[in-house]
Amino acid sequence: MSQPTQEDELLAQQALSEAAATQAGSEVTSGLSQGQIVRKRFFGHTGALIGLAVFALIFLLAFTSVGAFGIPGWWKYNHVDVSPLVNDGAPTSSLWPIAWGEHPFGQDRIGRDLFAMTMRGAQQSITVMVLIGAIAGAIGAIVGGLAGYFRGWVEAVLMRLTDVIIIIPLLLLAAVVGQIANRRDEGSWLNGFAANNGVVILGVFLGFVSWVGLARLVRGEFLTLREREFVDAARISGASNARIIFKHILPNAVGVLIVNVTLTMSAAILLETALSYLGLGVKAPDTSLGLLVAQNQEAFATRPWLFWFPGLFIILICLSINFIGDGLRDAFDPRQKKFKAKTAVETTRHSSTTAPVADAPKGS
Amino acid sequence: MVTYIVRRLVTAALILLGASFLVYLLTALSGDPLEELRTSSAPNRQALMDARINLLDLDTPAPLRYFKWLGGAAQCLVPFSNACNLGKNISGQPITEALGFALVQTLTLVTGATILAILIGISLGIVTALRQYSALDYGVTFMAFLFFSLPIFWVAVLLKEFGAIGFNDFLRNPEIPPVVALGIGAVLGIITAVAVGGETKRRLIVGGSVFAAVSLILFYFSLTQWFRNPGLGPVIIAIMGAGIAVGVTILVSGLKNRKALQSSLIVVGIGVIAYFAVQPLLNEATGLMIFLLAIAAILIGVAVGYFMGGYDRGQSMRAAGLTAFLVGALVVVDRFMQAWPEYFNNSRVRGRPIATIGAGTPNIQGDFWIMSTDTLTHLVLPTIALILVSLASYTRFTRSSMLEIMNMDYIRTARAKGLSERSVIMGHAFRNALIPIATIVAFDIGALIGGAVITETVFSVRGMGFLFIDGLLHTDPNPVMGVFLCVAITAMVFNLIADLAYSALDPRVRIKA
Repeated sequence: MSQPTQEDELLAQQALSEAAATQAGSEVTSGLSQGQIVRKRFFGHTGALIGLAVFALIFLLAFTSVGAFGIPGWWKYNHVDVSPLVNDGAPTSSLWPIAWGEHPFGQDRIGRDLFAMTMRGAQQSITVMVLIGAIAGAIGAIVGGLAGYFRGWVEAVLMRLTDVIIIIPLLLLAAVVGQIANRRDEGSWLNGFAANNGVVILGVFLGFVSWVGLARLVRGEFLTLREREFVDAARISGASNARIIFKHILPNAVGVLIVNVTLTMSAAILLETALSYLGLGVKAPDTSLGLLVAQNQEAFATRPWLFWFPGLFIILICLSINFIGDGLRDAFDPRQKKFKAKTAVETTRHSSTTAPVADAPKGS
Repeated sequence: MVTYIVRRLVTAALILLGASFLVYLLTALSGDPLEELRTSSAPNRQALMDARINLLDLDTPAPLRYFKWLGGAAQCLVPFSNACNLGKNISGQPITEALGFALVQTLTLVTGATILAILIGISLGIVTALRQYSALDYGVTFMAFLFFSLPIFWVAVLLKEFGAIGFNDFLRNPEIPPVVALGIGAVLGIITAVAVGGETKRRLIVGGSVFAAVSLILFYFSLTQWFRNPGLGPVIIAIMGAGIAVGVTILVSGLKNRKALQSSLIVVGIGVIAYFAVQPLLNEATGLMIFLLAIAAILIGVAVGYFMGGYDRGQSMRAAGLTAFLVGALVVVDRFMQAWPEYFNNSRVRGRPIATIGAGTPNIQGDFWIMSTDTLTHLVLPTIALILVSLASYTRFTRSSMLEIMNMDYIRTARAKGLSERSVIMGHAFRNALIPIATIVAFDIGALIGGAVITETVFSVRGMGFLFIDGLLHTDPNPVMGVFLCVAITAMVFNLIADLAYSALDPRVRIKA
């Protein structure tokens, strides 16, 4: 750990985060904008980069192979077609020699192609995840921002609303709204749209219940930021509330928001798969990763691949998002100084023998 | 303080009202309770539908039904009136009755898992924080991320396949091939070699000895068919007890405190003697007796510590009390192992002890040990699954909390005044790191009752989650509301406890009344 210098401590008294940012700025990032620093740190985070690469790969594979939004994909089967069993349904792909084969992930009992089903499931899960992230992030930012900036009765009303929702465990609430999203009444206005895009409805509904945690975090961030000098300065020079919120406070709170939206998204994948597993999320004939695991768990002894592949994709997606979130947190949090242990030990030894000059850790 | 608590409770009651209204409406809106009857071809379809409309009071609009329900629920607040009325579920059973049963099932399931997850998670978090950026740290961090990303229903199916079916098959003929024994030994040896840290020589010695010990033990187990007739016996208890005594003393007072070490070792001696003394007593055991014996063991340990005295009496008492408890646990484990062959050959179990579903073997009969073993064999898989998925957050949280504390000025002061590393970590860092962890634990306990929905479904435990999902699938708001009330009230109470605990533990945090 680096020893805080006198200068650092002075700065720390002014504002902790500002001090750390200055310290970080004095390393290798001088002259760079906030965005550039964050980008530089994020791309220096190995785990996050691997996570990003894996997620991009899965995303491309899922959306191009079986096609999406009415565009046909390059894979010859889709998730409902039944074809004759090849090799009794066992996976035809092999690592050595590398071969893809007719049904790389195998087939289920009636001959549907598991690769197509898994890809379709991954599509659905990613769609739900992105929708939950986007909607929860937007509502959370608006509610938290308004409550934190305006205080008074706005805050009282919004935060009591948040309390009402946060007291219901998310999985239970999600189960209820999942059930509502699956309701198919004759003649209801949702019916026509939902018949084709059931998963979109599910994502939207789940988004409407997962914003509460984000709202609390954003409010906390706004509460501290609105007391800062630059907000006072802006107000004195006649800036409107909207301008202060969007130009002065929001850019400073965006780190907290992005990091937590990412973490919400990784939880959303598990939420969606769990709901589908319980029979409250995506329903047959459409498919999702959780539903595939649920349908095929009984067949584990005879057709284990039906169980392995969907499960592995859930883990891969969730793991990569978690790593991206971790990288983003390190990148946005100026206090979390990510550095190599060896350098740190050397720096500490160095600084204990000589006068404590600027001894910020090297690397980022 | 009192004003604060009262204000919090009033707000909580209002929030509860709002949330319960929301849940009731959403549940009532989520489907059609008559759907299965509409599509049925039973000749008395209309009569069935009328009966259900009558039972669930479907002619009343949902918002009004909520207030009717609220009227019944409000009677629960009157103490000793016994007029609690949370309505009936779709098969006519009163919700209060169903809730009581479900609550017991859920608590049995989650209590052990939560305690173990907290203990393991916190220890792993501390170890990784102390060895920041070591191979161990990276390994545990990666595992934490992996476990965090595991869907529990997927883990559960794997556990059922390999933990239950595989292990039961293995028990039919519990012989471990030498290659497998060597392999397991090698893997564990490599893991410990990576984990211990320090010089290469030390790693090799520790890893090698673990490899040799594990392989030998597995050979021995295989030869004696230990898995069919397990047992510890007084000798093993004495050896393990001595190890526990040393370990506990290292953590509590450091080996330099000879009095503490001596009192712990004396307690182990008493434990081995007590092993013979309590055997007849244990044959007649009940749950209460085990509990009382545990208390007695701790008291004996504390007394030994007190009479050994030394310059720091408290440390000796703590070390000896903890050792006494752990040695007592060993004796109980040994008694369980003695009951194992009987359980294994029970006509209901028929040689497949690890169960995949349910909370107990139907119609099994036997003494305390058989019944407890039955519960444990049913709990082991869900407990492992729950631990795996909840371990990660505790580990990560403890690690970051501990890292933050280790950079504090008072830690440097403690080191500077010459305290041993043990007392710096256990006395100064760990205690302060526990403050934020305590609040997280309180939150988690609050969320516990509703948190095991998926686990209950996978392992067919008819607990709170089952009640909830079942009610929801039948669009029956009453069980849903019953579960919601229990979950929400515990969550609120524990949130309040968490806030109060924070201000009690950390004097820098003051509650503004």
